[in-house]
Amino acid sequence: MIHFVLLISRQGKVRLTKWYSPYSQKERTKVIRELSGVILTRGPKLCNFVEWRGFKVVYKRYASLYFCMCIDQDDNELEILEIIHHYVEILDRYFGSVCELDLIFNFHKAYYILDELLIAGELQESSKKTVARLIAAQDSLVETAKEQASSISNIIAQATK
Amino acid sequence: MSGPSLMDSLFQRSLEDLIKGLRQQLIGEQAFISKALEEIRKEIKSTDLSIKSTALLKLSYLSSLHFHDMSFATFHALEVLSSPRFSHKKIAYHAISLSFHDSTPVLLLITNHLRKDLTSTNEFEVSLSLRCLSKIANVDLARDLTPEIFTLMSSNKLYVRKKAVAVVLRVFEKYPDSVRVCFKRLVENLDNSDPQILSAVIGVFCELACKDPRSYLPLAPEFYKILVDSKNNWVLIKVLKIFAKLAPLEPRLAKRVVEPICDHMRRTGAKSLLFECVRTVVTSLSEYDSAVRLAVGKVPEFLVDEDPNLKYLGLQVLSIVAQKHLWAVSQNKEAVIKSLSDADPNIKIESLRLVMAMVSECNVTEISRVLVNHALKSDPEFCNEILGSILSTCSRNVYEIIVDFDWYVSLLGEMSRIPHCHKGEEIENQLIDIGIRVKDVRLELVRVSRDLLIDPALLGNFFLHRVLCAASWASGEYVKFSRNPLELMEALLQPRTRLLPPSIRAIYIQSAFKVLVFCLHTYLMQRGSTFSSTSPDNLPSVVSASVSDESFDNLSVENGVDATVTHGQICTPAFITNESIVNLLNMVELALGPLVGSHDVEVQERARNVLGFVDLTKLKFLNYSVQEENDSEGKGVEASNIIELMHDAFSKELGPISLSAQGNVSLPDGLIVKENLGDLEMICCDIELPSSNSFSFGSPCEEKDGVSFSNLQIKEDSEQSNESTSLLAEHRKRHGLYYLPLGKSEISNDYPPANDPILQGNINGNAVDLVKITEESLVPKRKPSHAKPRPVVVKLDEVDEKPVALKKFESKDDSLSGAVRDILFGSEDMVPTSSQSNLSDKSSSKRKGKEKQHTAPHVESKENLVDDGNPSSRRRKYRSHGKERRHRSPRKKTAEEREGQKEKEKSSHRHGRHKSGQRAEEPLNVSAQAPVIPDFLL
Repeated sequence: MIHFVLLISRQGKVRLTKWYSPYSQKERTKVIRELSGVILTRGPKLCNFVEWRGFKVVYKRYASLYFCMCIDQDDNELEILEIIHHYVEILDRYFGSVCELDLIFNFHKAYYILDELLIAGELQESSKKTVARLIAAQDSLVETAKEQASSISNIIAQATK
Repeated sequence: MSGPSLMDSLFQRSLEDLIKGLRQQLIGEQAFISKALEEIRKEIKSTDLSIKSTALLKLSYLSSLHFHDMSFATFHALEVLSSPRFSHKKIAYHAISLSFHDSTPVLLLITNHLRKDLTSTNEFEVSLSLRCLSKIANVDLARDLTPEIFTLMSSNKLYVRKKAVAVVLRVFEKYPDSVRVCFKRLVENLDNSDPQILSAVIGVFCELACKDPRSYLPLAPEFYKILVDSKNNWVLIKVLKIFAKLAPLEPRLAKRVVEPICDHMRRTGAKSLLFECVRTVVTSLSEYDSAVRLAVGKVPEFLVDEDPNLKYLGLQVLSIVAQKHLWAVSQNKEAVIKSLSDADPNIKIESLRLVMAMVSECNVTEISRVLVNHALKSDPEFCNEILGSILSTCSRNVYEIIVDFDWYVSLLGEMSRIPHCHKGEEIENQLIDIGIRVKDVRLELVRVSRDLLIDPALLGNFFLHRVLCAASWASGEYVKFSRNPLELMEALLQPRTRLLPPSIRAIYIQSAFKVLVFCLHTYLMQRGSTFSSTSPDNLPSVVSASVSDESFDNLSVENGVDATVTHGQICTPAFITNESIVNLLNMVELALGPLVGSHDVEVQERARNVLGFVDLTKLKFLNYSVQEENDSEGKGVEASNIIELMHDAFSKELGPISLSAQGNVSLPDGLIVKENLGDLEMICCDIELPSSNSFSFGSPCEEKDGVSFSNLQIKEDSEQSNESTSLLAEHRKRHGLYYLPLGKSEISNDYPPANDPILQGNINGNAVDLVKITEESLVPKRKPSHAKPRPVVVKLDEVDEKPVALKKFESKDDSLSGAVRDILFGSEDMVPTSSQSNLSDKSSSKRKGKEKQHTAPHVESKENLVDDGNPSSRRRKYRSHGKERRHRSPRKKTAEEREGQKEKEKSSHRHGRHKSGQRAEEPLNVSAQAPVIPDFLL
């Protein structure tokens, strides 16, 4: 299973973290510090796997972002690379040629998309189309709720309550 | 009340504001964050849910990316969770899954929220709460929500169902009893046609099977079906993983899956699936030769690929194969060697491992040559990686693969000269270890040591100090093999030795002491023999001659073939003139004089020892030229006696001693240990045990005692035997490390205690013999083609040959697998070791899923009567609970019956055959340890 997912920028800034195994807040910072030290220093034409604390970390760089996933020793590395690519493609489709800024300002959306892709450290949806549809449906749910809340009449109703 | 709320919501900083603000802070980011946190703390207490939720969202941003504690907001998160709005719920769930853990106090309050959302009609709300549950589930939550999960696992909304299936894994982990409720439904989902659900179920089983594969053997037929039918690579990879775990447990299963896996291997275009197939074959199906050949045939595809990922994985596969099929590695030798110079350190290390796996006694020389050359060229880190693996491979099993030790010792010397070498400690240990174990190599060892010692440049390299330490010890201990002891002396006393740390310097001084004694003694012998030829009555010369004879005898007895060489060596430094001796003594005084005031106790004491010895003997040699032989009485005799004694003390062969030897020594009659060793205990109480990879010189106070004691004795020139034993004891104390565990081939009488255990032929000896016998039977006889026979390597008992404890497979009998077994094997067969002769028992619990396809129905009916298994009754109970399930069940039943009928007609004769087959197999099964799946299940 996937133990955690990290998105780290080339400068070492953390853009997204998702933990499927229990790590305390302290451990999390330590893990990130350790891994960004290992991964960011690796050259561009090297293989995408790093052995780390008895686990394997599969990472891939897209533009200025490193997508890292930590897996068990006997998990399939190539499969994880495909999952990462999958995730990137979905992000790309959702944001329209995604860039780091999109993820910075919509960090929660990146999470929601990841949540549709993975659950409990396992891939749950391998179809890009389905994920896109699901996310759109949930967005519209949120939007309608928001519209209701921000409509003038609502504000007035609230103010005069 | 409403006023501030409205104002707040209009002027609240949104998440975007926060992020923008944060990005503008080039410095003082921390201050900005703490200000934002301050705001959040205020806002989160607001009664307005949208303000609260925005605050929560900001907080989770800070928590997940800036790692700020958000535990203060756990209760507020629950408040937001109770909002009817989807957007609030989403934020709340996100925050909760981010911050809750098993010991969060408000965890108890979330159960009802989760339950409400799990039963919601909005599938997205259900999925939110499932996702959250997968993250925060603890025992209580898992227990309380099991019924809801159970219901959702058969929901007709696939979106919800697959999530429920995935979550079940966490629920099982936390609350194993839920297996009894949900397992059946999980298994049913294996038959689902939807690829997403199938992938979720297989994912769950894959994780479960990793923990305890044995429990899932009965499900093999289902997995097999998926393996054959599925076209989905995600699913296939997981199924392969499951089989990789199951196949080693059940040979018949392995036989069945080999073909389909090979088919996939031939057919698939996806590298990930191909890799998984190859890995499954080499890890779990390595007995099937054709499959392994096919798999290994695919490996070059990976190795020659441009993609470094594939190269890396190819090498990894090879290193798995190498354990059983070394030919696979030699087949790809070129690619492997080429990867040694890859740009990627990970690939380099993998290929290094493989190269080392290829090493055998025939090619160790060539491979080491290649690697050392490679190490010279590569970066420091990888260089040491190479050196480390050469050292560990060659020293494996007491230098099993080394035939030519002369070569190996010179290789060690060469390795220590490699600029980046940081392996000094390991090389040191091996040099000393080999010196003690292999007698025939000592000549070469001394030569190598001399080359190292004599090079002043090496003294400046911090990493080489340990190697030099070993070299100095070896040249001191085996000085009799030295061609030119005087030169050695110069090397040991050269001024640059001040660069050494005191502990190693002390060893240098001690070695110089030994060399000095040897030189003086040799000189005396020469003189004695010339003298004795003229006047045969002279006492000291006779003594020295007899001693020398004895030592030659010893040598020739011990060294056998090598005796002549040794003899020659000893005779080489024959021409030590009186002048050179005097020079030598002067040099010693010059070099060690300043050290008398050293701050290091160890160095100081040893320097004093040597100087004291020089004081005592110098006079004799100074006078010698003047007085000639006339003054062989008086002082001269005294001095030569001292030299004689010292030489005796140093030239004793020091056999290795087993760490456990002392415990095996039985008390000789009349020896009262306490009386003799009582003082020792007091002295030694604070000495640490010599560890194998570090020198321990004992505490300074102890050393002082020992040294002063021996000094005293030298001065008083008291009884000879006392003195030599005390010196010996001192030496032994100092070089505890070098007194390597026990000499079994050493038949010298140096140390009765060390030899006692052998003489008594107790368990230890037997163990050694046993190990040897098994070794001989396992290892094919060495080829006699070697030009030189392999020298004797002194091996010790259990210290060297640790019995490799076979890791037995132990099924973890934790509650989860227990529960699973309970379900799968039926309550009667919970204990897997019971013989599985009764096939009906085995399949009883799984009947539902499988029997309609595989087993004839009459068996089923009979079974249900006989074995009122837990699961089936439970199932019935649950069926009466759930509404939709009740609707479904009759339909299912009829389908089942129909199928059963068909099956009956088709397979009535088949079943009969099984029965007879089963009977024939019974004796086999009785002896089988594990639950066996009957063939027909496949």
